[in-house]
Amino acid sequence: MLSRYRNLAVLVLVVAAQLILVAYQVRTSQDVTLLRVWTVTAVSPLAKGLEVLRSSTLGLAERYFLLVGVNQENLALRAELDRFKLENQFLKTELSTADRARSLSVFQEHSRSRTVAARVIGTGTGANSKVVFIDRGKSDGVMRGMAVITPDGIVGKITFVFPNAAQVLLVTDPTFAAGVISQKNRVPGTLKGLGRSQVQVDWVQNEVKVEEGEWFFTSGDDRVFPKGLPAGQVKVVKAGLAFKEIYLDPSGLMRGLEEVLVVLEGIHLAIPEGVLPPEGPIFVMPAVPTDVTKTSLQNPTAPDGNPVLATDADRLREKIRRIGELQGVHFGTAGPRLPNFNMDPAQVTRPTQPVYIPSEKPPEVKPATPVEPVKPSVQP
Amino acid sequence: MSELSNQILIDNPRRSKISRYRPYWLVVVPLLAILFQVNIPLFFRHLSYLELPLLVTVYFSLMRREPVTCTLIGAAIGLVQDSMSNHYIGIFGIVKTLVGYFAASVSLRFDVQNTTVRLVLSFFFFFFHQFFSWVLSRGLLGQNVNFDLLQTLLFGAFNALVAVPLFLILDRLRDRT
Repeated sequence: MLSRYRNLAVLVLVVAAQLILVAYQVRTSQDVTLLRVWTVTAVSPLAKGLEVLRSSTLGLAERYFLLVGVNQENLALRAELDRFKLENQFLKTELSTADRARSLSVFQEHSRSRTVAARVIGTGTGANSKVVFIDRGKSDGVMRGMAVITPDGIVGKITFVFPNAAQVLLVTDPTFAAGVISQKNRVPGTLKGLGRSQVQVDWVQNEVKVEEGEWFFTSGDDRVFPKGLPAGQVKVVKAGLAFKEIYLDPSGLMRGLEEVLVVLEGIHLAIPEGVLPPEGPIFVMPAVPTDVTKTSLQNPTAPDGNPVLATDADRLREKIRRIGELQGVHFGTAGPRLPNFNMDPAQVTRPTQPVYIPSEKPPEVKPATPVEPVKPSVQP
Repeated sequence: MSELSNQILIDNPRRSKISRYRPYWLVVVPLLAILFQVNIPLFFRHLSYLELPLLVTVYFSLMRREPVTCTLIGAAIGLVQDSMSNHYIGIFGIVKTLVGYFAASVSLRFDVQNTTVRLVLSFFFFFFHQFFSWVLSRGLLGQNVNFDLLQTLLFGAFNALVAVPLFLILDRLRDRT
């Protein structure tokens, strides 16, 4: 009897065991770490080996048969460009919020986010998977929940950490979410993956203004991504039932995924003002000559002795100074008296009305010359 | 029986012979399939739709024709696949356990050497796999996952087309003794 139902009994037993395993994970919100660690530790060296094999064989062909030397130089330049992009992003945001001196001092005081570079060695299993594996793990200081970025934007977050590898949940995964804020109108929202190449910003009221082409940046509210990292550019905006439907192209995935940065210690940045510079060359005006800057800002009097009133602020300051002088009020000192700011200093210094002296001959008034009416010309 | 029935149904005990493989092939082949799925889509994105671990499960189940063994093979491959994914461990495990069991049971009725049978069964089990994964994600875990029927059918056809030459290659691993 038992042997007759042996196959079915084994099936039920194995399925039931796995159901209990799933139920345990759901109930306790804990993962079966041991199994994952074993599997990934066994598979990741093989994946790394495959990656090395691929890069050494295909890379060899590229380097020696196609573009001798150029490929190496290109890789170095690209790495340098990525570094400069990150640096530029930092400087740009600081310069937009404060003056140059302050931003430079802040830059000196605070280093940028501490990151570690990682190479993508594999994707997750399952059709159309939205997770990848990187070759950095616990031994490199990587922890679960850390942000993964590229110089172009956010990529995802660490979901599992293994001794020498880590799993990254990409922004395009349906279970991914991050806090974002729009650049122009400062509209907050939640970035969500859709399981395809675009991502959606959810929970944005229909009444709020979001424009196509506008950039979204991380808001830092999720405590995963530092504030101020590019998330993506709006491609589609339309009104929904209660909330807007906003679709972005995730900027971090636009150039493919080969190497990424894991943010070990994040530093929040300000959201940059204005539009991000487009790709390609842009026109930049020449700098203001040094002598002009000196004259108008540091020495407000021109060589002829008159004050140089270059801006509205200069003119206003000069007007207030003269009002104070005329009414005997010294600005910057304590005193009960306030000057009358409605007074026009120009009216005080020059005579308000022409002075009439009766002994003198009154000025002659010439009679107006009569003007003949113009006859309209009639064409035959 | 009709001519078609004669071709695809088993009426000869010789044709229902169990294929034997050296034990290491049962480890190496699924491991290679998982490695393929992990590594190759990095460079050929469209190959992420190729469910090679599933095809290997179906192959070994069809050829070994032992439901108990195939249930365990399916569970093992599924659990390893789960470990490399971002969802709960056990989802792929349950689905592949069922695939292994049913494929082994079906193989007792059909001539699994026949190319058409292999094509149809590969397509069917891919669809079963995707559909049951969706049912488990939605029903068991309450995840809001969509099931794209047309896409699943297309990917099923793609996987079935790959399965035929793949099974011919794997046939060479059988024990000749």
